[in-house]
Amino acid sequence: MTDNRNISYGPANALPGDQIAITTNPDTEPFWEKAKARTLTACQCADCGHFRMPPSPYCPECQSSNKSWPELPGTGTVFSFAICTRNPKNGEDYVYVPVVVELDGTDGAHLVSNLGGCDADDVEIGMKVAVDWNPIKDDWVLPVFRPA
Amino acid sequence: MGWAHQDKTAIVGIGATDYYLRGKSWPRTINDMAGEAILKACADAGISIKDVDGFAYYSTAGAGYLDKFDTASLMETLGIPHVGFSATLTSGGGGASGAAGLATAGLMNEDCKYCVTVMALQQLPQHRLGVVVGAAAPNPENSFLQPSGLVGPGYLMSVLARRHMHLYGTRREAFKEIVQATREHALNRPKAIRNKPLEDEEYWSQPMLADPLCRLDFCLETDGAVAFITTTTERAKDCKHPPALIHGAAHGGTRNWGRAFAWMGMQDPDFASSGHKFVADRLWEQTGLTAKDMSCAQIYDHFSCMVLMQLEDYGFCEKGEGNDYVLSGAIRYANRDTVEGAVPVNTHGGNLNEAYIIGLTHVAEAVEQIRGTAINQIEDCEFALSTGGPASLPVSGLILRRA
Repeated sequence: MTDNRNISYGPANALPGDQIAITTNPDTEPFWEKAKARTLTACQCADCGHFRMPPSPYCPECQSSNKSWPELPGTGTVFSFAICTRNPKNGEDYVYVPVVVELDGTDGAHLVSNLGGCDADDVEIGMKVAVDWNPIKDDWVLPVFRPA
Repeated sequence: MGWAHQDKTAIVGIGATDYYLRGKSWPRTINDMAGEAILKACADAGISIKDVDGFAYYSTAGAGYLDKFDTASLMETLGIPHVGFSATLTSGGGGASGAAGLATAGLMNEDCKYCVTVMALQQLPQHRLGVVVGAAAPNPENSFLQPSGLVGPGYLMSVLARRHMHLYGTRREAFKEIVQATREHALNRPKAIRNKPLEDEEYWSQPMLADPLCRLDFCLETDGAVAFITTTTERAKDCKHPPALIHGAAHGGTRNWGRAFAWMGMQDPDFASSGHKFVADRLWEQTGLTAKDMSCAQIYDHFSCMVLMQLEDYGFCEKGEGNDYVLSGAIRYANRDTVEGAVPVNTHGGNLNEAYIIGLTHVAEAVEQIRGTAINQIEDCEFALSTGGPASLPVSGLILRRA
Protein backbone atom coordinates (compact mmCIF):
# COMPACT_ATOMS: atom_id res chain seq x y z
CA MET A 1 0.00 0.00 0.00
CA THR A 2 1.31 3.40 -0.81
CA ASP A 3 0.74 7.03 -0.11
CA ASN A 4 -2.88 7.92 -0.69
CA ARG A 5 -2.29 11.28 -2.32
CA ASN A 6 -4.92 10.31 -4.83
CA ILE A 7 -7.18 12.39 -2.64
CA SER A 8 -8.46 15.30 -4.68
CA TYR A 9 -8.94 18.46 -2.67
CA GLY A 10 -10.00 20.89 -5.41
CA PRO A 11 -9.84 24.68 -5.20
CA ALA A 12 -8.09 26.26 -2.21
CA ASN A 13 -9.41 29.51 -0.78
CA ALA A 14 -8.09 31.84 1.87
CA LEU A 15 -10.15 31.65 5.05
CA PRO A 16 -13.11 34.05 5.05
CA GLY A 17 -11.98 37.52 6.11
CA ASP A 18 -15.06 38.19 8.21
CA GLN A 19 -13.93 35.57 10.74
CA ILE A 20 -10.35 36.82 11.08
CA ALA A 21 -9.32 39.38 13.69
CA ILE A 22 -5.87 40.72 14.47
CA THR A 23 -4.46 43.05 17.07
CA THR A 24 -1.40 45.27 16.82
CA ASN A 25 1.15 46.98 19.01
CA PRO A 26 3.62 49.76 18.22
CA ASP A 27 6.18 47.19 17.00
CA THR A 28 3.82 45.55 14.53
CA GLU A 29 1.41 48.29 13.50
CA PRO A 30 3.45 49.64 10.54
CA PHE A 31 3.18 46.20 8.88
CA TRP A 32 -0.60 46.27 9.12
CA GLU A 33 -0.93 49.95 8.16
CA LYS A 34 1.03 49.23 4.99
CA ALA A 35 -1.11 46.17 4.31
CA LYS A 36 -4.18 48.36 4.58
CA ALA A 37 -2.66 50.40 1.75
CA ARG A 38 -2.07 47.16 -0.23
CA THR A 39 1.70 47.30 0.21
CA LEU A 40 3.64 44.28 1.44
CA THR A 41 6.44 45.11 3.84
CA ALA A 42 8.49 43.32 6.48
CA CYS A 43 10.35 44.58 9.49
CA GLN A 44 13.97 45.35 8.59
CA CYS A 45 16.76 46.50 10.89
CA ALA A 46 17.57 50.08 9.89
CA ASP A 47 21.19 49.53 10.96
CA CYS A 48 22.34 46.09 9.76
CA GLY A 49 19.59 45.35 7.24
CA HIS A 50 18.48 42.00 8.72
CA PHE A 51 14.78 41.19 8.30
CA ARG A 52 12.71 39.81 11.16
CA MET A 53 9.11 38.59 11.16
CA PRO A 54 6.95 38.99 13.12
CA PRO A 55 8.22 42.49 13.88
CA SER A 56 9.85 42.74 17.32
CA PRO A 57 11.51 45.52 19.34
CA TYR A 58 15.16 44.57 18.71
CA CYS A 59 17.18 43.21 15.83
CA PRO A 60 18.38 39.75 16.92
CA GLU A 61 21.57 40.21 14.88
CA CYS A 62 22.78 43.61 16.13
CA GLN A 63 20.30 44.54 18.92
CA SER A 64 19.40 47.82 17.25
CA SER A 65 15.87 49.04 17.80
CA ASN A 66 15.80 51.14 14.63
CA LYS A 67 13.36 49.72 12.12
CA SER A 68 12.59 50.33 8.49
CA TRP A 69 9.58 49.13 6.50
CA PRO A 70 10.64 48.79 2.86
CA GLU A 71 8.10 48.14 0.13
CA LEU A 72 8.71 44.55 -0.97
CA PRO A 73 8.05 43.17 -4.46
CA GLY A 74 5.04 41.29 -3.07
CA THR A 75 6.26 37.98 -4.43
CA GLY A 76 7.84 34.97 -2.80
CA THR A 77 8.43 31.24 -2.81
CA VAL A 78 6.47 28.50 -1.05
CA PHE A 79 8.79 27.22 1.72
CA SER A 80 6.26 24.72 3.07
CA PHE A 81 2.52 24.25 3.43
CA ALA A 82 -0.32 22.08 4.71
CA ILE A 83 -3.74 21.27 3.27
CA CYS A 84 -6.68 21.58 5.64
CA THR A 85 -10.29 20.75 4.92
CA ARG A 86 -12.41 22.26 7.67
CA ASN A 87 -13.14 25.85 8.52
CA PRO A 88 -11.65 26.25 12.00
CA LYS A 89 -14.45 28.58 13.11
CA ASN A 90 -17.45 26.37 12.32
CA GLY A 91 -16.11 22.96 11.28
CA GLU A 92 -17.73 23.15 7.84
CA ASP A 93 -16.02 21.68 4.77
CA TYR A 94 -13.57 24.29 3.54
CA VAL A 95 -10.31 23.62 1.70
CA TYR A 96 -7.53 26.01 2.63
CA VAL A 97 -3.76 25.93 2.40
CA PRO A 98 -1.72 27.39 5.27
CA VAL A 99 1.56 28.36 3.69
CA VAL A 100 4.98 29.56 4.80
CA VAL A 101 6.23 32.00 2.15
CA GLU A 102 9.85 33.07 1.83
CA LEU A 103 9.50 36.73 0.91
CA ASP A 104 11.35 38.12 -2.10
CA GLY A 105 13.37 41.22 -1.31
CA THR A 106 14.35 39.95 2.14
CA ASP A 107 17.18 37.81 3.49
CA GLY A 108 14.87 34.81 3.84
CA ALA A 109 12.12 36.21 6.07
CA HIS A 110 9.01 34.03 6.30
CA LEU A 111 5.37 35.06 6.32
CA VAL A 112 2.69 32.55 7.37
CA SER A 113 -0.52 32.98 5.42
CA ASN A 114 -2.98 31.24 3.09
CA LEU A 115 -2.53 30.32 -0.56
CA GLY A 116 -5.56 30.44 -2.85
CA GLY A 117 -6.41 30.82 -6.50
CA CYS A 118 -5.44 27.28 -7.47
CA ASP A 119 -6.27 23.69 -6.63
CA ALA A 120 -4.76 22.62 -3.32
CA ASP A 121 -3.50 19.54 -5.14
CA ASP A 122 -1.28 21.72 -7.35
CA VAL A 123 0.60 23.49 -4.55
CA GLU A 124 4.29 22.59 -4.36
CA ILE A 125 7.25 23.69 -2.30
CA GLY A 126 9.32 26.05 -4.45
CA MET A 127 6.42 27.49 -6.44
CA LYS A 128 6.39 31.24 -6.99
CA VAL A 129 3.54 33.16 -5.42
CA ALA A 130 2.30 36.75 -5.37
CA VAL A 131 0.47 38.67 -2.70
CA ASP A 132 -3.28 39.19 -2.72
CA TRP A 133 -5.32 41.18 -0.21
CA ASN A 134 -8.04 39.82 2.01
CA PRO A 135 -10.13 42.36 3.98
CA ILE A 136 -10.64 41.15 7.56
CA LYS A 137 -12.41 42.46 10.66
CA ASP A 138 -12.04 46.05 11.89
CA ASP A 139 -11.01 47.35 8.45
CA TRP A 140 -7.64 45.60 8.52
CA VAL A 141 -6.33 43.82 5.41
CA LEU A 142 -4.50 40.48 5.47
CA PRO A 143 -1.81 39.63 2.93
CA VAL A 144 -2.58 36.23 1.37
CA PHE A 145 -1.02 34.61 -1.69
CA ARG A 146 -1.89 33.16 -5.11
CA PRO A 147 0.29 31.50 -7.73
CA ALA A 148 2.47 34.12 -9.45
CA MET B 1 32.82 16.24 29.80
CA GLY B 2 30.95 14.32 32.43
CA TRP B 3 28.21 15.79 34.53
CA ALA B 4 28.87 16.60 38.20
CA HIS B 5 25.47 15.39 39.36
CA GLN B 6 25.42 12.19 37.30
CA ASP B 7 23.71 9.29 39.08
CA LYS B 8 23.40 11.36 42.26
CA THR B 9 19.62 11.52 42.04
CA ALA B 10 17.03 8.97 41.04
CA ILE B 11 13.38 8.59 40.23
CA VAL B 12 12.00 6.36 42.98
CA GLY B 13 8.23 6.60 42.63
CA ILE B 14 5.71 6.78 39.80
CA GLY B 15 1.94 7.04 39.97
CA ALA B 16 -0.85 7.46 37.47
CA THR B 17 -4.63 7.57 37.30
CA ASP B 18 -6.67 5.69 34.76
CA TYR B 19 -6.63 7.33 31.35
CA TYR B 20 -9.85 8.75 29.92
CA LEU B 21 -10.89 10.01 26.51
CA ARG B 22 -11.01 13.80 26.31
CA GLY B 23 -13.53 15.19 28.77
CA LYS B 24 -14.61 11.75 30.09
CA SER B 25 -12.85 12.13 33.43
CA TRP B 26 -15.62 14.45 34.61
CA PRO B 27 -17.07 14.51 37.33
CA ARG B 28 -13.62 13.97 38.75
CA THR B 29 -11.78 17.27 39.12
CA ILE B 30 -8.30 17.93 37.89
CA ASN B 31 -6.99 18.28 41.47
CA ASP B 32 -8.57 14.96 42.38
CA MET B 33 -6.61 13.29 39.58
CA ALA B 34 -3.37 15.13 40.39
CA GLY B 35 -3.73 14.08 44.03
CA GLU B 36 -4.27 10.43 43.11
CA ALA B 37 -1.15 10.39 40.93
CA ILE B 38 0.98 12.05 43.63
CA LEU B 39 -0.28 9.77 46.42
CA LYS B 40 0.29 6.69 44.26
CA ALA B 41 3.80 7.88 43.43
CA CYS B 42 4.54 8.28 47.15
CA ALA B 43 3.18 4.80 47.89
CA ASP B 44 5.24 3.41 45.02
CA ALA B 45 8.35 5.05 46.47
CA GLY B 46 7.53 3.85 49.96
CA ILE B 47 7.43 7.35 51.44
CA SER B 48 4.75 9.36 53.17
CA ILE B 49 3.13 12.33 51.46
CA LYS B 50 4.44 14.25 54.48
CA ASP B 51 7.99 13.55 53.29
CA VAL B 52 7.41 15.50 50.07
CA ASP B 53 9.04 18.92 50.29
CA GLY B 54 9.69 19.94 46.70
CA PHE B 55 7.86 20.54 43.43
CA ALA B 56 9.58 20.53 40.03
CA TYR B 57 6.95 21.29 37.41
CA TYR B 58 7.21 21.88 33.69
CA SER B 59 4.87 23.48 31.19
CA THR B 60 5.00 26.65 33.32
CA ALA B 61 3.33 24.67 36.14
CA GLY B 62 0.42 24.06 33.81
CA ALA B 63 -2.25 21.52 34.65
CA GLY B 64 -3.17 20.89 31.07
CA TYR B 65 -2.82 24.06 29.05
CA LEU B 66 -5.29 26.42 30.65
CA ASP B 67 -5.25 25.41 34.34
CA LYS B 68 -2.27 26.00 36.62
CA PHE B 69 -0.91 24.04 39.55
CA ASP B 70 -0.49 25.99 42.74
CA THR B 71 1.94 24.53 45.26
CA ALA B 72 0.18 25.98 48.29
CA SER B 73 -3.10 24.51 47.11
CA LEU B 74 -1.55 21.06 46.60
CA MET B 75 0.07 21.27 50.06
CA GLU B 76 -3.26 22.10 51.67
CA THR B 77 -5.13 19.48 49.62
CA LEU B 78 -2.71 16.66 50.40
CA GLY B 79 -1.30 17.67 53.79
CA ILE B 80 2.28 18.45 52.83
CA PRO B 81 3.77 20.25 55.86
CA HIS B 82 6.40 22.44 54.17
CA VAL B 83 8.33 22.87 50.92
CA GLY B 84 11.84 24.12 50.23
CA PHE B 85 11.68 24.01 46.45
CA SER B 86 8.91 25.07 44.09
CA ALA B 87 9.97 25.74 40.50
CA THR B 88 8.98 25.10 36.93
CA LEU B 89 10.47 24.76 33.49
CA THR B 90 8.83 27.29 31.19
CA SER B 91 6.73 26.92 28.05
CA GLY B 92 4.86 23.63 27.43
CA GLY B 93 5.28 19.89 27.06
CA GLY B 94 8.84 20.27 25.83
CA GLY B 95 10.03 20.22 29.42
CA ALA B 96 8.36 16.94 30.41
CA SER B 97 11.48 14.80 30.73
CA GLY B 98 13.71 17.71 31.72
CA ALA B 99 11.66 18.27 34.87
CA ALA B 100 13.76 15.46 36.38
CA GLY B 101 16.78 17.71 35.83
CA LEU B 102 15.00 20.57 37.58
CA ALA B 103 14.24 18.24 40.49
CA THR B 104 17.93 17.34 40.55
CA ALA B 105 18.78 21.04 40.82
CA GLY B 106 16.56 21.32 43.89
CA LEU B 107 17.95 18.16 45.46
CA MET B 108 21.60 18.93 44.78
CA ASN B 109 21.15 22.41 46.21
CA GLU B 110 19.75 20.74 49.31
CA ASP B 111 16.52 22.71 48.98
CA CYS B 112 14.40 19.57 49.26
CA LYS B 113 14.59 15.83 49.93
CA TYR B 114 11.71 14.34 47.95
CA CYS B 115 10.57 16.25 44.90
CA VAL B 116 7.30 15.74 43.00
CA THR B 117 6.80 16.29 39.29
CA VAL B 118 3.16 16.10 38.25
CA MET B 119 0.96 16.63 35.21
CA ALA B 120 -2.80 16.42 35.14
CA LEU B 121 -4.90 17.01 32.10
CA GLN B 122 -8.63 17.44 31.77
CA GLN B 123 -9.81 18.51 28.35
CA LEU B 124 -13.33 19.68 28.94
CA PRO B 125 -14.82 21.26 25.82
CA GLN B 126 -13.53 24.71 26.72
CA HIS B 127 -10.04 23.34 27.47
CA ARG B 128 -9.32 21.33 24.36
CA LEU B 129 -5.63 21.27 23.57
CA GLY B 130 -5.84 20.25 19.92
CA VAL B 131 -7.17 23.62 18.83
CA VAL B 132 -5.41 25.76 21.43
CA VAL B 133 -3.73 28.01 18.87
CA GLY B 134 -6.92 28.83 17.00
CA ALA B 135 -8.97 29.33 20.16
CA ALA B 136 -6.59 31.90 21.68
CA ALA B 137 -7.62 35.54 21.64
CA PRO B 138 -5.75 37.49 18.96
CA ASN B 139 -2.62 39.26 20.16
CA PRO B 140 0.04 41.21 18.27
CA GLU B 141 2.30 38.17 17.89
CA ASN B 142 -0.20 35.44 17.07
CA SER B 143 -1.77 37.80 14.55
CA PHE B 144 1.06 36.62 12.28
CA LEU B 145 0.02 32.97 12.67
CA GLN B 146 -3.62 32.56 13.62
CA PRO B 147 -5.12 33.99 10.39
CA SER B 148 -3.44 31.15 8.45
CA GLY B 149 -5.75 28.60 10.07
CA LEU B 150 -2.91 26.61 11.66
CA VAL B 151 -5.19 26.08 14.62
CA GLY B 152 -3.26 23.62 16.78
CA PRO B 153 0.15 22.06 17.34
CA GLY B 154 -0.46 19.26 14.82
CA TYR B 155 -1.22 21.74 12.09
CA LEU B 156 2.09 23.49 12.73
CA MET B 157 3.92 20.16 12.72
CA SER B 158 2.34 19.20 9.41
CA VAL B 159 4.12 22.13 7.77
CA LEU B 160 7.45 20.92 9.22
CA ALA B 161 6.71 17.38 8.05
CA ARG B 162 6.02 18.60 4.51
CA ARG B 163 9.42 20.29 4.38
CA HIS B 164 11.08 17.10 5.62
CA MET B 165 9.36 15.12 2.87
CA HIS B 166 10.53 17.67 0.31
CA LEU B 167 14.15 17.75 1.46
CA TYR B 168 14.74 14.08 2.21
CA GLY B 169 12.11 12.12 0.31
CA THR B 170 10.35 11.06 3.50
CA ARG B 171 7.04 9.36 2.79
CA ARG B 172 3.80 8.87 4.66
CA GLU B 173 4.66 5.16 4.87
CA ALA B 174 7.19 6.09 7.54
CA PHE B 175 4.58 7.96 9.56
CA LYS B 176 2.29 4.96 9.22
CA GLU B 177 5.02 2.64 10.49
CA ILE B 178 5.53 4.83 13.57
CA VAL B 179 1.80 4.67 14.35
CA GLN B 180 1.57 0.92 13.65
CA ALA B 181 4.74 -0.03 15.52
CA THR B 182 3.71 1.81 18.65
CA ARG B 183 0.15 0.51 18.30
CA GLU B 184 1.65 -2.99 18.38
CA HIS B 185 3.28 -2.06 21.69
CA ALA B 186 -0.10 -1.02 23.10
CA LEU B 187 -1.94 -4.25 22.26
CA ASN B 188 -1.19 -5.94 25.59
CA ARG B 189 -1.63 -2.86 27.74
CA PRO B 190 -4.89 -2.77 29.67
CA LYS B 191 -4.81 1.00 30.19
CA ALA B 192 -4.15 1.86 26.55
CA ILE B 193 -6.95 3.77 24.86
CA ARG B 194 -6.10 2.43 21.39
CA ASN B 195 -5.22 -1.23 21.82
CA LYS B 196 -6.59 -2.95 18.71
CA PRO B 197 -4.33 -3.91 15.80
CA LEU B 198 -4.05 -1.22 13.13
CA GLU B 199 -4.22 -2.49 9.56
CA ASP B 200 -2.84 -0.55 6.59
CA GLU B 201 -6.27 0.04 5.18
CA GLU B 202 -7.53 1.71 8.33
CA TYR B 203 -4.58 4.06 8.39
CA TRP B 204 -4.89 5.03 4.74
CA SER B 205 -8.61 5.69 5.05
CA GLN B 206 -8.25 8.22 7.88
CA PRO B 207 -9.29 11.81 7.28
CA MET B 208 -6.40 14.15 6.56
CA LEU B 209 -6.48 16.71 9.37
CA ALA B 210 -3.56 18.69 8.02
CA ASP B 211 -2.11 17.02 4.94
CA PRO B 212 0.47 15.36 5.07
CA LEU B 213 -0.82 14.22 8.50
CA CYS B 214 -3.96 12.17 9.00
CA ARG B 215 -6.02 11.67 12.14
CA LEU B 216 -3.91 8.76 13.41
CA ASP B 217 -0.72 10.80 13.06
CA PHE B 218 -2.19 13.05 15.74
CA CYS B 219 -1.93 11.78 19.30
CA LEU B 220 -4.86 10.95 21.52
CA GLU B 221 -6.73 13.66 23.36
CA THR B 222 -7.03 12.22 26.83
CA ASP B 223 -7.53 13.08 30.50
CA GLY B 224 -5.62 11.76 33.48
CA ALA B 225 -2.63 12.47 35.71
CA VAL B 226 0.90 11.13 36.15
CA ALA B 227 3.42 12.00 38.87
CA PHE B 228 6.92 10.95 39.77
CA ILE B 229 9.14 11.36 42.83
CA THR B 230 12.82 12.24 42.59
CA THR B 231 15.24 11.99 45.51
CA THR B 232 18.95 11.61 46.12
CA THR B 233 20.52 8.25 45.28
CA GLU B 234 21.54 8.00 48.91
CA ARG B 235 17.93 8.30 50.13
CA ALA B 236 16.77 6.05 47.29
CA LYS B 237 18.34 3.09 49.12
CA ASP B 238 15.46 3.22 51.58
CA CYS B 239 12.80 3.27 48.88
CA LYS B 240 10.71 0.34 47.78
CA HIS B 241 12.00 -0.21 44.25
CA PRO B 242 15.44 -0.18 42.65
CA PRO B 243 16.25 3.44 41.74
CA ALA B 244 16.15 4.75 38.17
CA LEU B 245 19.33 6.82 38.30
CA ILE B 246 19.30 10.19 36.56
CA HIS B 247 22.34 9.67 34.37
CA GLY B 248 21.77 12.66 32.08
CA ALA B 249 19.17 15.41 31.95
CA ALA B 250 19.00 18.49 29.78
CA HIS B 251 16.57 21.11 28.58
CA GLY B 252 16.87 24.10 26.29
CA GLY B 253 17.40 24.60 22.58
CA THR B 254 18.71 27.04 20.00
CA ARG B 255 17.33 30.38 18.93
CA ASN B 256 16.54 29.20 15.44
CA TRP B 257 14.23 26.43 16.69
CA GLY B 258 12.80 28.75 19.32
CA ARG B 259 10.96 30.57 16.58
CA ALA B 260 9.30 27.37 15.47
CA PHE B 261 5.87 27.28 16.91
CA ALA B 262 4.73 30.83 16.79
CA TRP B 263 6.88 32.31 14.08
CA MET B 264 7.81 29.59 11.55
CA GLY B 265 10.89 31.69 10.89
CA MET B 266 13.49 28.96 11.12
CA GLN B 267 15.67 28.02 8.14
CA ASP B 268 16.98 24.64 6.97
CA PRO B 269 18.03 22.32 8.48
CA ASP B 270 16.22 23.40 11.67
CA PHE B 271 12.83 23.84 9.97
CA ALA B 272 12.45 20.15 9.16
CA SER B 273 13.69 18.98 12.54
CA SER B 274 12.43 18.28 16.04
CA GLY B 275 14.51 21.08 17.57
CA HIS B 276 16.12 18.49 19.86
CA LYS B 277 19.66 18.40 18.49
CA PHE B 278 21.00 20.88 21.05
CA VAL B 279 19.55 18.90 23.96
CA ALA B 280 20.60 15.58 22.42
CA ASP B 281 24.19 16.77 22.01
CA ARG B 282 24.24 17.91 25.64
CA LEU B 283 22.96 14.54 26.84
CA TRP B 284 25.58 12.64 24.88
CA GLU B 285 28.26 15.00 26.18
CA GLN B 286 27.04 14.57 29.77
CA THR B 287 27.07 10.80 29.53
CA GLY B 288 29.63 9.83 26.90
CA LEU B 289 26.93 7.63 25.41
CA THR B 290 25.32 7.56 21.97
CA ALA B 291 21.86 6.69 20.74
CA LYS B 292 22.95 3.13 20.05
CA ASP B 293 23.72 2.63 23.74
CA MET B 294 20.06 3.14 24.64
CA SER B 295 18.16 -0.02 25.55
CA CYS B 296 14.89 1.73 24.64
CA ALA B 297 13.71 5.20 23.73
CA GLN B 298 10.49 6.75 24.97
CA ILE B 299 10.12 9.50 22.38
CA TYR B 300 7.50 12.22 22.85
CA ASP B 301 5.01 11.40 20.12
CA HIS B 302 2.34 14.05 19.95
CA PHE B 303 2.63 13.69 16.18
CA SER B 304 4.13 10.76 14.31
CA CYS B 305 6.40 12.90 12.14
CA MET B 306 8.11 14.28 15.23
CA VAL B 307 9.21 10.80 16.32
CA LEU B 308 11.03 10.45 13.03
CA MET B 309 12.70 13.84 13.36
CA GLN B 310 13.72 13.18 16.98
CA LEU B 311 15.27 9.86 15.98
CA GLU B 312 17.43 11.87 13.58
CA ASP B 313 18.25 14.62 16.07
CA TYR B 314 19.29 12.11 18.76
CA GLY B 315 21.40 10.22 16.23
CA PHE B 316 19.55 6.91 16.03
CA CYS B 317 20.09 7.49 12.31
CA GLU B 318 21.63 10.24 10.18
CA LYS B 319 19.74 13.44 9.46
CA GLY B 320 17.41 12.83 6.55
CA GLU B 321 17.48 9.04 6.94
CA GLY B 322 14.60 8.73 9.39
CA ASN B 323 12.33 7.35 6.69
CA ASP B 324 14.52 4.35 5.92
CA TYR B 325 15.47 3.78 9.55
CA VAL B 326 11.87 3.57 10.67
CA LEU B 327 10.83 1.43 7.71
CA SER B 328 13.61 -1.06 8.51
CA GLY B 329 11.54 -2.07 11.53
CA ALA B 330 14.14 -0.69 13.92
CA ILE B 331 11.66 0.88 16.34
CA ARG B 332 9.60 -2.27 17.00
CA TYR B 333 9.95 -4.11 20.29
CA ALA B 334 9.51 -7.42 18.46
CA ASN B 335 12.54 -6.67 16.26
CA ARG B 336 14.93 -5.72 19.03
CA ASP B 337 17.19 -8.72 18.49
CA THR B 338 16.69 -9.24 14.77
CA VAL B 339 17.02 -5.86 13.06
CA GLU B 340 20.45 -4.26 13.03
CA GLY B 341 20.58 -1.00 14.97
CA ALA B 342 17.13 -1.56 16.42
CA VAL B 343 16.13 0.37 19.55
CA PRO B 344 12.52 -0.14 20.65
CA VAL B 345 10.59 3.14 20.70
CA ASN B 346 7.61 3.86 22.94
CA THR B 347 7.27 0.40 24.41
CA HIS B 348 4.14 1.70 26.20
CA GLY B 349 2.34 2.69 23.01
CA GLY B 350 3.07 6.37 23.49
CA ASN B 351 0.85 9.39 23.14
CA LEU B 352 -0.44 8.01 19.87
CA ASN B 353 -1.97 4.86 21.39
CA GLU B 354 -1.79 4.59 25.16
CA ALA B 355 -2.61 8.08 26.45
CA TYR B 356 -1.42 11.64 26.21
CA ILE B 357 -0.53 13.20 29.56
CA ILE B 358 1.87 15.77 28.08
CA GLY B 359 4.91 13.53 28.23
CA LEU B 360 4.93 11.98 31.70
CA THR B 361 3.78 8.55 30.52
CA HIS B 362 7.14 8.39 28.73
CA VAL B 363 9.07 9.05 31.95
CA ALA B 364 6.95 6.47 33.78
CA GLU B 365 7.66 3.85 31.11
CA ALA B 366 11.39 4.61 31.16
CA VAL B 367 11.37 4.04 34.94
CA GLU B 368 9.49 0.75 34.55
CA GLN B 369 11.99 -0.43 31.94
CA ILE B 370 14.91 0.39 34.25
CA ARG B 371 13.22 -1.42 37.15
CA GLY B 372 12.47 -4.43 34.97
CA THR B 373 8.73 -4.24 35.55
CA ALA B 374 7.53 -2.97 32.15
CA ILE B 375 4.81 -4.85 30.30
CA ASN B 376 6.97 -4.95 27.17
CA GLN B 377 10.18 -5.40 29.13
CA ILE B 378 13.56 -5.07 27.41
CA GLU B 379 15.99 -7.69 28.72
CA ASP B 380 18.84 -6.17 30.76
CA CYS B 381 17.61 -2.64 30.23
CA GLU B 382 20.56 -0.50 31.26
CA PHE B 383 19.85 2.92 29.74
CA ALA B 384 16.44 4.38 28.89
CA LEU B 385 15.96 7.66 27.05
CA SER B 386 12.82 9.73 27.38
CA THR B 387 12.13 13.05 25.70
CA GLY B 388 9.79 16.02 26.01
CA GLY B 389 8.38 18.19 23.24
CA PRO B 390 9.10 18.97 20.40
CA ALA B 391 7.37 22.24 21.01
CA SER B 392 8.22 25.78 21.97
CA LEU B 393 11.49 25.93 23.89
CA PRO B 394 12.64 24.48 26.13
CA VAL B 395 12.58 20.93 24.83
CA SER B 396 14.23 18.29 26.96
CA GLY B 397 15.64 14.81 27.32
CA LEU B 398 16.46 12.41 30.14
CA ILE B 399 18.65 9.31 30.38
CA LEU B 400 17.87 6.90 33.18
CA ARG B 401 20.32 4.21 34.22
CA ARG B 402 19.97 0.99 36.14
CA ALA B 403 21.91 1.05 39.42
